[in-house]
Amino acid sequence: MKQMSRVVRTISSLTFGYIVIFGFYVIIYGHVTPGGGFQGGVVVASAFALLLVVYGHNKTEEFLNTNLLSFAESTGLILFIALAFMGLGVSFFYNFLTNSGGLFGHTPVSGVNPGDVYTGGLIPLMELAVGLEVLSAMGVIILVISGGAASIKKKKEKS
Amino acid sequence: MKKTFFAVALILLFAFLMTIAIQMRLFGEPVASQMDDYFIENVQAETGVNNVVTGILFDYRGFDTLGEATVLFTAVVGVTVVFKGALK
Repeated sequence: MKQMSRVVRTISSLTFGYIVIFGFYVIIYGHVTPGGGFQGGVVVASAFALLLVVYGHNKTEEFLNTNLLSFAESTGLILFIALAFMGLGVSFFYNFLTNSGGLFGHTPVSGVNPGDVYTGGLIPLMELAVGLEVLSAMGVIILVISGGAASIKKKKEKS
Repeated sequence: MKKTFFAVALILLFAFLMTIAIQMRLFGEPVASQMDDYFIENVQAETGVNNVVTGILFDYRGFDTLGEATVLFTAVVGVTVVFKGALK
């Protein structure tokens, strides 16, 4: 894939950081405002797709390491399963941190309230794990497919 | 012959869909609402999150989310096998 024009490259370099920040905002505030791990991860992955469309496959491969993203994906899934196993004293997926006063353990107000990030117990941590998994999974899928398309093109040019 | 058959089938399908659309309940008024009321009343006290959807997805239906994450992992494995294995 060829690079796009200088104007598009400059504007997308400017917006890339904001898209990633917005995605992580959606992930971290998933238990207070609409959103969550899946949605925020897909928003971050859309920033990767923007890079891929604008800069082409070769330049994006220098910036985003597929092996590192693959490792992050496995880490996210294992972290999620480990967090689920942590509550095994009572049951699988038992939320033992909520209302406990510890990490993310504030007791929430029932009814309409402005929202408190430090509530929810295991849920924000699980959302971080799922967000990490989704963003790196989508990134790996996009990068690997574009790499396959690039190598098919090379083979055709050779023959 | 074929045209009349398709016309009759189309009219029957249209009538079927229209009857369903007319008989459909209004949006937000389900037949049984006990489950919804329970979730809306107890999510904040039991799970400690304001977002009811997140409370259901990550606490009441944790297994469902685990399955979704596993499906995504399997998709990545499949794509990697197809595109990295076949094109070397």
